[in-house]
Amino acid sequence: MLEKKRVNTGALLSLFGAVAALALVILLENTIGPTGQLFTVLKKGAVYALVAVSMNLLNGFTGLFSLGQAGFMLLGAYTYAILTVPVAAKDTVYYLYGGSAVKFSLPDLFAGIFGDGMLSLTLGVLVAIVLGGLVAAFFAWLIGLPVLRLKSDYLAIATLGFAEIIRAVFQWQALGPITNGANMITQIPTFSSFNIKTESGTIYLSSAFPMLIMILCLAVIVMLINSSYGRAFKAIREDEIAAEAMGINLPHHKMLSFCISSFFAGVGGALFAMYASNAQAMVYTSTMTYEILLIVVIGGIGSISGSVIATFLYVACSEWWLRGLDSGSFLGIQSDLFRNGFRMVVFSVVIMIVVLFFRRGIMGDREITDLFKKRPRKAAKEAVK
Amino acid sequence: MLKIDELKVSYGGIEAVKGITFEVPERKIVTLIGANGAGKSTTLRTIAGLVKPAHGCIHLQGEDITSLSPDRIVSKGLTLVPEGRRVFPDLTVLENLKIGAYLRTDSLEDDLNWVYDLFPRLKERSWQAAGTLSGGEQQMLAVGRALMSRPKIIMMDEPSLGLAPIVVKGIFDIIQEINRQGVTVLLIEQNANMALKIADVGYVLETGRISLTGSGRELLANEAVKKAYLGS
Repeated sequence: MLEKKRVNTGALLSLFGAVAALALVILLENTIGPTGQLFTVLKKGAVYALVAVSMNLLNGFTGLFSLGQAGFMLLGAYTYAILTVPVAAKDTVYYLYGGSAVKFSLPDLFAGIFGDGMLSLTLGVLVAIVLGGLVAAFFAWLIGLPVLRLKSDYLAIATLGFAEIIRAVFQWQALGPITNGANMITQIPTFSSFNIKTESGTIYLSSAFPMLIMILCLAVIVMLINSSYGRAFKAIREDEIAAEAMGINLPHHKMLSFCISSFFAGVGGALFAMYASNAQAMVYTSTMTYEILLIVVIGGIGSISGSVIATFLYVACSEWWLRGLDSGSFLGIQSDLFRNGFRMVVFSVVIMIVVLFFRRGIMGDREITDLFKKRPRKAAKEAVK
Repeated sequence: MLKIDELKVSYGGIEAVKGITFEVPERKIVTLIGANGAGKSTTLRTIAGLVKPAHGCIHLQGEDITSLSPDRIVSKGLTLVPEGRRVFPDLTVLENLKIGAYLRTDSLEDDLNWVYDLFPRLKERSWQAAGTLSGGEQQMLAVGRALMSRPKIIMMDEPSLGLAPIVVKGIFDIIQEINRQGVTVLLIEQNANMALKIADVGYVLETGRISLTGSGRELLANEAVKKAYLGS
């Protein structure tokens, strides 16, 4: 009884926060205009936050240390891109291979049913994003069969290897008619495609779209973690033998967590393709996985809100606030030290400081909604009554 | 209720359990005693499905459960309290208990109350992380967690391990109480004195074989047992 009430306050608070954030983003974008670093940060932040949380689900909640995130993002990104290049643009995009082997495009298919317009575009894009996630989850299942028997470092190495292999495969000439080889797939619908043009001007939704998808996905993940499945994942993280003795089927639950995590990484990859307005295999390197890992560690392993907060901080720093570190002047200070790559030096120092002094990250394994809950001691006293 | 037939278990070629046969009658407390390395834990882990036997079979209420996975075995009503307590340290007491009932889909309310009645201390600490409990409380939690699966048989692997004598006594009182309420108990212990005192049936395990059988009282009075395990 008491617990139900606690969960509901947390859920209500989160819902309220999400709606408020979304409204604020729409308001800001339509008042100060969609250009400017802030919106780059919001868009990229939304994408990265989703991927970071998906990684946290696996690494933080289930205790499986996997480094395959970029590989699953790549699968999502390519699935999305291949399915959404407009039929009319296929010959220009795939000109090296004499057109694409995939003769249809989802938005065009829907346009055939519902006519040209926002509805067909939205449906096509959403279906493509979900399919991106499903393809990533399917590959996760395939490689999970052998790989999930491994533990800790070995699992990390195997998944990292998978991500590298998949990147090479997608650049393979023989797959050119599908993946466009080493060239990028362009002309796909992007976030800006969701700006609605009216006679009196444009309603900008290009930042709200990724935010909305992120919020929906996070809501699903949070519900999963608070369900009995989430408890089983945590039990596996804490003590595999005890979890097994309590009747938790280890292979089944590890696979489930791995596939779900990869699904959302795939969705994140599709969103990243929209953000970058292209899909290109060489972007999804292990560096990207490490970036995500950095965010997860800074935010707190095992905290969803921590991952989200850390993502936006990290993306704001790298894309906006600390830009000057790479381009000669920072906070009015001119120095030869501030040249390309110096930002990464700063990040490396930050991660060292975090690992040395704030080992549990910004949030530890708590959530932001915990701050609004009754103090545990008080709650415990009431539970006894 | 539980029948073990000619059970042999090997770890990488070394036979830890060399063909043991014993039986756990319904509603009784049965104990396996023996020195370190006698194969007690291995036996329990094999019954629970965590280790696969090399030979022999295990029957629960007439049904062969030898090759079932641990989760199927738990759902058949046989739960293991693992050695060394193994509570989930970062989860709360309540979450630990709920994980114990993971395979159940019905309401947990009654069983939570049952466990809280058996262990009032757990109720006081239900929002506390299990890792912050004392050793005795963690053992209570481990037992409570296993009870949440509504087992017909609960198997306990050294519940007295590393606990103060007074706490051990409390745990053994609870074991008897659980048994009185209709749960069959299979207990393995190094603390042979305590275990035999509450056991209806005792088996002495020596290097993978059962060397003696008898009621708890008989074994307590047995000279060989006295000499080897009771230190007198």
